[in-house]
Amino acid sequence: MEQYFTIFISAVVVNNFVLTRFLGLCIFFGVSKNLNASVGMGMAVTSVMTLSSMLAWAMHHFVLVRFHLEFLTTAVFVLLIASFVQLLEMIIKKQAPALYNMWGIYLLLIATNCVVLGVPLINADNGYSFSMSAVHAIGSGLGFALAIILMASLREKLRLADVPKPLEGLGIAFILAGMLALAFLGFSGMIAL
Amino acid sequence: MNTAILVLIVMTLIGLCFGLILAYANKRFAVEVNPLIHIVEDILPKGQCGACGYAGCQAYAEAVVINGDVAPNLCIPGKKVIADQVATLTGKVAPEVEPRIAHVRCSGGHSKAVKNYEYKGVHDCVAASLLQGGPKGCQNGCLGLGTCVKNCPFDAMTMSEEGLPIIDPKKCTGCGKCETVCPKHVMQMVPIGAAVTVNCNSKDKGAVARKLCTVSCIGCGICSKNCPHGAIKIENNLAIVDSSICLQKCNERTCVAKCPTGAIATN
Repeated sequence: MEQYFTIFISAVVVNNFVLTRFLGLCIFFGVSKNLNASVGMGMAVTSVMTLSSMLAWAMHHFVLVRFHLEFLTTAVFVLLIASFVQLLEMIIKKQAPALYNMWGIYLLLIATNCVVLGVPLINADNGYSFSMSAVHAIGSGLGFALAIILMASLREKLRLADVPKPLEGLGIAFILAGMLALAFLGFSGMIAL
Repeated sequence: MNTAILVLIVMTLIGLCFGLILAYANKRFAVEVNPLIHIVEDILPKGQCGACGYAGCQAYAEAVVINGDVAPNLCIPGKKVIADQVATLTGKVAPEVEPRIAHVRCSGGHSKAVKNYEYKGVHDCVAASLLQGGPKGCQNGCLGLGTCVKNCPFDAMTMSEEGLPIIDPKKCTGCGKCETVCPKHVMQMVPIGAAVTVNCNSKDKGAVARKLCTVSCIGCGICSKNCPHGAIKIENNLAIVDSSICLQKCNERTCVAKCPTGAIATN
């Protein structure tokens, strides 16, 4: 139990995917302009990450390990996640149109994203069990959501600030992300994994 | 050698498997969308300006195809051409769309209008207007901080050195976004080719208006008395031109010649 808790906390804050591992920066900057979009993106990433990590664990455990093809992990996971996201999109479009209207557009943005690929790869590298993989994925997703929501709230405030001309837009956003990352660095050493 | 063959087999099988699942899901979870919606969406201008009253071009396309009561001429940037196409596609009758263009009802730039104080806050007209109605002495004049320019979905506006918006008539589609965002109601939509426009929005009495700005409309009424067609009337100390009368009947422009401050101008 303790181990799960450690994995979870480590994924949310200590090894936050965006702010300490620097993965998923494209959506982190692209979709953090307003709060609503970032909440939708955070939800979409968390759910896709969790489901695809579970599938990836099964694929890794039952196919790749069995045939001693671990070196194919990356290629197979890319294929798996891209297909899975498409499948998920079709199902949601049919079964839950309201949900689709809310975050359908974010789903396809995730299909080829490094965060979603990164989590299953780290799971496989660390040799996590099925439940550990799931907990790690949920934690990473929430960590991503936390980072993007923090960033979006800051950027909404920033829109009214008097930013020097050359730094307007992405320039100040990068500086802001750097400062957030420094703050998150404070968590490192809290948990040793 | 064995590994290579194994890799080939496994990858092919995995790929095939995913492909089949996706192909099956595509059939099983197919959502039928009226193809007309996509056709209508394709001919709309894609400015996403919201002048039609819907959340964007796609939302309007969906509404106009599915709902019989939604008029086909709501797309203002599309003008008559698009309205006619949408009408034929959806089998509706398109009423006239009056082509409009944005007009700045203020010509009192930095050099002409008096300022009450120097504003150094957030660079936005709405924010500035919260502070004693803004830095300008004239309470109805353009604040010049460019909220309209920032909100123009078609990049048709720029800010002049004088602090007044300039409209590019080639790019302006008359969507009316600037009209809604301007806190001083300086922006107004006028029919394209309007012969005469009043370039002032001041509702102050003549003496006050003259003190605050050298090019203001002082509500003297000379234009309305001299207009042979009765197209101009004075309301709240401000001349208002009825461009429908003006366009049809007039080519003398007496009002422009007689205006003492130059607040009325030909286009």
